[in-house]
Amino acid sequence: MEIEDRLRALLLQGLDADAAAYQRFLKELSAHLRAFLRRRLAQWPDAVEDLVQETLLAVHNQRHTYRPEMPVTAWVHAIARYKLVDWLRSHAVKEARNDPLDDAHELFSSSDAEAAEARRDLGQLLQTLPDRQRLPIVHVKLHGLSVVETAQLTGLSESAVKIGVHRGLKALAAKIRGMA
Amino acid sequence: MKTDELIHLLAADATPVARHRIEQRFALATLAGLVGAGMALMAWFGLRPDLAQAAALPMFWGKLAFAASLAVAGLALLRRMARPGATLGLAAWWLAVPPLVVWAMAAVTLWQAAPAERLPLLLGSTWRTCPFNIAALSAPALAACLWALKGAAPTRLAWAGAGAGLLAGTLGTLVYALHCPEMAAPFLALWYLAGMAIPTTLGAVLGPRLLRW
Repeated sequence: MEIEDRLRALLLQGLDADAAAYQRFLKELSAHLRAFLRRRLAQWPDAVEDLVQETLLAVHNQRHTYRPEMPVTAWVHAIARYKLVDWLRSHAVKEARNDPLDDAHELFSSSDAEAAEARRDLGQLLQTLPDRQRLPIVHVKLHGLSVVETAQLTGLSESAVKIGVHRGLKALAAKIRGMA
Repeated sequence: MKTDELIHLLAADATPVARHRIEQRFALATLAGLVGAGMALMAWFGLRPDLAQAAALPMFWGKLAFAASLAVAGLALLRRMARPGATLGLAAWWLAVPPLVVWAMAAVTLWQAAPAERLPLLLGSTWRTCPFNIAALSAPALAACLWALKGAAPTRLAWAGAGAGLLAGTLGTLVYALHCPEMAAPFLALWYLAGMAIPTTLGAVLGPRLLRW
């Protein structure tokens, strides 16, 4: 119960806009998620980090669905499981569709197929977002700037930066969904 | 992007979170569904002409109570279905209570009736249209309830869609009862539930298509 209590305290602080506590929550969560997903994706080790990121993004975008009387571990587990099942389902469909019917083809399959399964790069997806969402995210992410600094640098208002990051994260999740 | 960068980015978006956003959305969807059904009722069917007299009969209120209690149970269920990892608890059992009460009333009515009266009690005069009218009046609520769920994170999409459809069905029924002339418990036990089953099924089909997140 030690993990539960610690994560819960950090998450509740995070929901009250304590960014430092929230960052620690996500950091600790990501380690648990990685272990959880690695065990279940033994056949697809390349996909583990993708799903860690996708799950973190989902936890973030859906954090309003957490209620203080619920165990954080159960809440996160349900999100991770949902993302894992969703991924496995779409992956199975894709694999079945791409599965070559004759063995000769399979034998000579080139590296193209591997390229198609290369790790998704969130950074590239980010490039497809409109500027007002992309720029705040790029500055806050790449340069580790604060919202205030990003606002000064881009000439956007602070609330525009916050809204840009917020909407951009939602859009990013939608784009990942669109790729599945 | 490295995961640590993503975490930094997410932490930068740590705005205060409203605790009751899901409840607010469902309240709004319920209201929109009722208003939409009310407008459709006035446009297509109208109120029953003897509404004032009917309002003096307990069965008229019984019909409304039946639909309203199912709506409350449906809302309680959806509130939980909308959240990852929430258990359904007693909410699912409450859903069974109104139909069981109506079925018991219907059984008693049919048992007391003469054999020749039983079929008319079951079919009333509107059984051909009743379920479809209820389904039609539920359409705005179904759209609204799916919208409300879209702002949440259901993990069982077909079930959540069915829940949204059921809530929509109860709201449609609630409004349709203002038009419907049927007053026999056996009729309600069969056709009102059949009417609610249509949007429920539709919701279960639409859920996996519309509610992914």
